[in-house]
Amino acid sequence: MSKEKTNFFKKPGVQSLIASLICIILGLLIAFVVLLIINPASAFSSIMNIIKNFFWFKSPVSRLKYFGETLVKTVPLLMCALAVLFSYKVGLFNIGTPGQYCAGIVAALYAGLKWQLGWIPCMLLAMIAGALLASIVGVLKAYLNVNEVISGIMLNWICLYFTNATLTAVKNPSSKDTLSLASTNKSALLPTLGLDQLFKDKYVTIAIPIAIIIAVLIMIILDKTKFGYELKATGINKNAAKYCGMMEKRNIIVTLVISGALAGLGAAFYYLTDFEQWAVTSSTVPAMGFNGIAATFLGGLNPIGTIFSSYFITHITAGGAFVDLTKYSSQITDLISALIIYLCGFVLFMKTVMNNIIRRNETKRTGKYENFKQDGGKN
Amino acid sequence: MLLLIQYTLIFASVLILVALGGCYSEHSGVINLGLEGIMVMGALGGALAMRYLPISIPGFFYILLVLLFAIIVGVAYSALLAVAAINFKADQTIVGTALNMLGTAAATVIVKAINTARNPHDVSSIIQYIEPKKKFIVKMGAFEFNWFMLITLIVLGCAWFVLYKTKFGLRLMACGEHPQAADSVGINVLKMRWAGVMISGGLGGLGGVCYILAGVSEWRFEYGVAGFGFLALAVMIFGQWKPTKIALAALMFGFFRALSNTYFGFGFLTALNLPSTFYNMMPYIISIIVLALTSKNSKAPKAEGIPYDKGQR
Repeated sequence: MSKEKTNFFKKPGVQSLIASLICIILGLLIAFVVLLIINPASAFSSIMNIIKNFFWFKSPVSRLKYFGETLVKTVPLLMCALAVLFSYKVGLFNIGTPGQYCAGIVAALYAGLKWQLGWIPCMLLAMIAGALLASIVGVLKAYLNVNEVISGIMLNWICLYFTNATLTAVKNPSSKDTLSLASTNKSALLPTLGLDQLFKDKYVTIAIPIAIIIAVLIMIILDKTKFGYELKATGINKNAAKYCGMMEKRNIIVTLVISGALAGLGAAFYYLTDFEQWAVTSSTVPAMGFNGIAATFLGGLNPIGTIFSSYFITHITAGGAFVDLTKYSSQITDLISALIIYLCGFVLFMKTVMNNIIRRNETKRTGKYENFKQDGGKN
Repeated sequence: MLLLIQYTLIFASVLILVALGGCYSEHSGVINLGLEGIMVMGALGGALAMRYLPISIPGFFYILLVLLFAIIVGVAYSALLAVAAINFKADQTIVGTALNMLGTAAATVIVKAINTARNPHDVSSIIQYIEPKKKFIVKMGAFEFNWFMLITLIVLGCAWFVLYKTKFGLRLMACGEHPQAADSVGINVLKMRWAGVMISGGLGGLGGVCYILAGVSEWRFEYGVAGFGFLALAVMIFGQWKPTKIALAALMFGFFRALSNTYFGFGFLTALNLPSTFYNMMPYIISIIVLALTSKNSKAPKAEGIPYDKGQR
């Protein structure tokens, strides 16, 4: 092997980043066109407001406060995205994440409001609830070959109805929301460790650093441990994994249990800050789980990339509140994240094109045929 | 009792239409998880047609036009899946999921834009169709016959005939079972898969408009279609990808869905004193149980979900 300097654009990480940026730009562009069609007059200022989000405020104090709130909302999305990512790496598409997130909500809020437990048991219960729900999908998949996408969706609906019915018991009598934790049980609120002082916002808690640590842990588990290797091997070829003596059925279930626990934890990280209450008349599962899918693919299926993509999606979703609401609807940001997922379907194609361009340039420069052979077939 | 039958038939119609759509797409080799989104878009097409078509058009043509709009929108929307999954070999699960999210988001944005343009204070995502709805319904005593029940029967017959008795249908199925073999005898696999997905788009759109016309006379597009696209996929799997079995499966699912609308009319059911939540969950619970029982020996088309690659053996 001759020592060759690898082309910067050849690195998979760089290519993923470029592909994600293309998805973002195209997504925003299409959304801009949609705004233009609806009402050309304030389309540009509205799309800029979506991108700006909290920079919309003039004073630095408000900016910091709303930056903090964007981070608060990023945490559950990041956890859901990690849940989707973890199972996707093992070849399972856990679209039941919204339901598992919902299970986390019902466990955390019921334990906090009805049983008056502290934040640690609430959090653990939320994790267990998410994991249990996901284990149903896992068992069905491993032993009965049920498509995990369809069973996941069905469980989403079941869990939504269950959540609404259960949380009605701890509803605020004067509204459709559950009671606020701050007024009923302060011990269930996540500790802040002074982060609230830093951001001048009482909802900023230890959930933010913990979520980032979990993202790093996931990366280590998947890339550096035997356990992670076994899981990934199962995902690539179930039969080969079985042949090598791995317990493929157990691996499928374990993967979904971890994935569900992540989603449930995400719910605890959000609802135990008291930032939002659950509306017991909800007619759809929280969008968090589905946006998690967007964040996963936008992050190039990398846990660290997912941190940034989750932030980006929360940022534009929060920015949706600043569009000219007399002319447009705030759902325009849902449209953007849906477009981004759609475009992520083309990432493979984009990478192939990038590699072709690189190879063509290299052959031109060096005149060597070897470069062709080296990468041929891959990607 | 009559009400239960009526609701069973109309919900079964929705499920049959959409499940047949899924059946065509999967027989051609493409998993269409975007049916939910296609239904929303078809419903949007139909609802907009009902809003803007003059009510004076005679009933038959009126219905035909509404259906046509729903089908056109459904087919156009499904092209997004076709181009990504067939031509660009994208992951069909991701694209399907994206289409579901995009469908609800786009429909909401479009309807809100239309409503707000007409009246700046109206930011709802509701389309009303009280008058047009009457054209779809024939009252037979207490029973409300909906034309969709007949349409579904016709579509079911056609779907069965086309799939099993025509050259096109058999070729389509060949592309889902063994595309390389199909290609070797001169069938254009990509074209056939496009056809499969477009047919599923048309039927999905039809099912969507049928769904919003089933009970209510206005639709809030933020709600989407409540998982019906996925229920239809469960129906399709339970029906083993065969039109006749799909119809029977749809009737069963339709029955459980109808129960949640009508259970309070039955003395012995209300006497059980189960919470209404239980009836809402029923169709979804049943579908999981049914899937658990039937998925082991699945008769799924062998090549579904795999992008066609000429070079593969």
